[in-house]
Parts: sequence; C-alpha cells; structure tokens
Amino acid sequence: MTASLKVAGLAFAYPDGYQALFGVDLEIQRGERVALLGPNGAGKTTLVLHLNGLLAGGVGTVEVAGLPVEKENYPEIRRRVGVVFQDPDDQLFMPTVHDDVAFGPANLGLAGAELEERVHEALDLVGMAEFSDRPPHHLSFGQRRRVAVATVLAMRPEILVLDEPSSNLDPASRRELADILRSLDITVLMVTHDMPYALELCPRSLILSGGVIVADGSTRDLLLDDRLMRAHRLELPFGFDPRNVPA
Amino acid sequence: MVAFIFTVVATPPSQFWAFGVFAAFLVAVARLARIPAHVILPRMLVEVPFVLFALLMPFFGSGPTVEVFGLTLSQAGLLAGWGILVKGTLGVVCSILLAATTPARDLLLGLDRLRVPSLIVQIASFMLRYTHVVGDEMSRMKLAREARGFEATGIRSWPVIAQSAGSLFIRSYERGERVHLAMLSRGYTGRLPELTPATTTAADWWTAMILPIAGLAVAVTALWTQ
Repeated sequence: MTASLKVAGLAFAYPDGYQALFGVDLEIQRGERVALLGPNGAGKTTLVLHLNGLLAGGVGTVEVAGLPVEKENYPEIRRRVGVVFQDPDDQLFMPTVHDDVAFGPANLGLAGAELEERVHEALDLVGMAEFSDRPPHHLSFGQRRRVAVATVLAMRPEILVLDEPSSNLDPASRRELADILRSLDITVLMVTHDMPYALELCPRSLILSGGVIVADGSTRDLLLDDRLMRAHRLELPFGFDPRNVPA
Repeated sequence: MVAFIFTVVATPPSQFWAFGVFAAFLVAVARLARIPAHVILPRMLVEVPFVLFALLMPFFGSGPTVEVFGLTLSQAGLLAGWGILVKGTLGVVCSILLAATTPARDLLLGLDRLRVPSLIVQIASFMLRYTHVVGDEMSRMKLAREARGFEATGIRSWPVIAQSAGSLFIRSYERGERVHLAMLSRGYTGRLPELTPATTTAADWWTAMILPIAGLAVAVTALWTQ
C-alpha cells in the first residue's frame, strides 16, 4: 500500500540563506493520526508549506499517496493535502461561510448541485451547516476554526494537515474539535505544542528539531522520555502526567 | 441604478416639476423596501462637499443676475447650482437605497457579472471581508498603547500614532501574504470561481428596469415640454 505521505531527504533554505530543514524523512500511512511536535523555530511551518508545494526548490522529495509534489501536479496535490492554517481569519477570506467552503471545490471545477452537496457535506462534518450564510466575522473563534477545517474537507483530501489546531481555543471548543477530528475517516498530521492534545488524538508522534526528525514513536513513549523532551525544548504542562491518561 | 441616474442627469434643471417626480419615485422605493429615514439621512453626508460647491456657484456665475435677499446672484449660476444640488442628491439617495437593499455579496456578484475587471471585484471582496479584522487589530493596538499609559495629546503623540499605523500596515501586509498562501492551498488560480449560478430571471430584469423606464419617461416629457 502507498503511504498517504512520504517525505524523503527534504532540505530547504530560505532565499535569505536561513536554512530551516536539513533532511527530513517521514512516512505516514493511510488513516493514521500523527502529531508533529517541536520547539519554535524547528522548521514545522516550513515543512507544512512543502507538503502542498507552497514552498519548493530545496533538495529531497515529497509524495502524497504516490504522487510527487511537483509543479505539474499542484492542482491535484492541493486537493489531496488539506492544510488548515493557524489563524482562521487567514483561511476564511470569502464574504460568507458557504462561499468559503465552496472556494476549494469550485477551483477543482465543481459547480451547481454537486458543489452544493460538497459544501453541505463538509459543513455537516464539522457541525456548522446552520451557519452557512453568515459572514465569518460573526462567528466565534472556535466556530471559525471548525469552518476552516470544513473548507479543506470540502476538497475530500487524502491527508489533513493542521497547524496548531488547538491554539486560542477555549476548553469546550477544543473538545468539540477533537471530537470532529476523531470522527473523520482521514489521515491527519497535526502540528502542535499542545502535548495533552497530541496524546489525546494521535497514537504516533514525530519530533522535529533543528530541521530534522529526531524521534518517531508512540506519543506516550515520547512524552515520557524526559531526556528526549528536555533536549528539544519540549515540556509537559504543569501537573500533566501521561501515565495518568488511560491508554 | 446607473440607468436611473442617467435619466435624472439628462433632465434639464429648469424643469423643476420633473425632479419632484424623481424624488417621489425614490421615496416610494424607500417605502417599499421599508428603509427608515434615519438610515438614509446620515449616509447622505458624503454629499456635503458637493453641496458647498453648488451653493457657491450662484456667486461666481456670469450673465444676467437677480436680487435675492439683497444678494446679487447670477441666474445661470443659480440654475447650475440647483442642478448639481438636486441631481447629486437624487444620485446619492439612489445609491444609498441600492446599498441598503442589496447584500454586499450580491453587489460584488453583480459587479462581476457586469464584467467589472475580476481584480477589482476581488479587491472589493477582500476589503469587505477584512475591514473588521484590520479594525479589530487597530483597536487592540490602541488598547495596548493606552494600557501602557499613552494618551493622545496633541502633536507630540503623533510619532507614536504614525508608528502604530506603520506596524498596522505591515501586519496587514503579512496577513495578506498568509491569506494568499491559504488561497493557493485550495487551488486558487487567479480568479475567484463564480459560486452562485446566474439566476436573473426576466421578471427580475423587469423589476430592475421599472425605475429607469419611469425616469426615462419623465426625462423625455421634461425635454419635450421645455
């Protein structure tokens, strides 16, 4: 079986000479939920932008379900990789929720009833169907984040890439989003600093530090490896002990 | 709307009754759409500079003059001033009615369908979406300034405000770049897809044409009877 996502030997330096990635290798199988952990400046966002070809020009390869991320494949790659950015105000740029969710599939050439069906399906998955005609600035932050997830689900992606999905969410919105992510039958790569959230949702984690993958294993084992965590500026929140969380 | 304004503009200013009829049309539309006067009147303030200009015209016009309350006013200027005043006012009210009755999104869609360049429609659409976001950012920065004891007092606080404006610009610019990335991620190719299929019916067109046609009738009559 082809992996959902396969990154091999990926290295990248920004035009100003700052090198962010030094040879990243990783593979994610279909249906897995994987957390990508790492301190600030580890190259997490740079890696995410490579997954759908928004950044390119370095060394190494990225493949999504067997299809290499190369210029001629960009339209299909961007359908297959659904990136949810950290700030929903960046992601939601159309005047209404409906139009925003329709933006992706419409770019894929869908129209009419088929397009409407996609929009409904995606909004239903995140429980936002009744807000279809609202402008995004009338929604709460948690609702906007959910709509942001719907905007990429509407493209029926192979893999969902979430950049800090739990940031700025209150505990209730955080749990609602977790329920939604668990209910989806889709490969998920979640970039986060939120260790409890990673443990809750992702059986497997990768640690990106200094532009390379330094650890790959079960989330619980990684979080319990005190030396590894400390070496890469990762910390558990005060009072949080993964051992107390039922497996 | 544009068609109606053209008919208004085409009417000679000396036919005073015609403008009464135009005004009556607009009042009728406002009534039908249930738009109260307190929505329309404050929005008419945009017209003030033109009103001032129109009021000055009688003093600077040439030709035969008349005496009004001891002031010597040019007849031609008086007529031209009146023309600007009344036509401008009717045009502004008409635009306000359109804006008040049509959701902004439909206006944008309409512009797109009227073949207004896609780039301009996209810019307008982003303005609509991000005015609030940038406005919120601005008020947060203001709060942050004040929380650290800043008070806008006269000219000495201008540098601070200018710096805030600068950083607001940079923040908005960077947001623009992030939005662009988000758009590319979802297959943006330089053109916003038309999301709502064209659904203008013949009946819609006739409804839309009532006002211009009625206006045209008035304008033609006014020209005829001049």
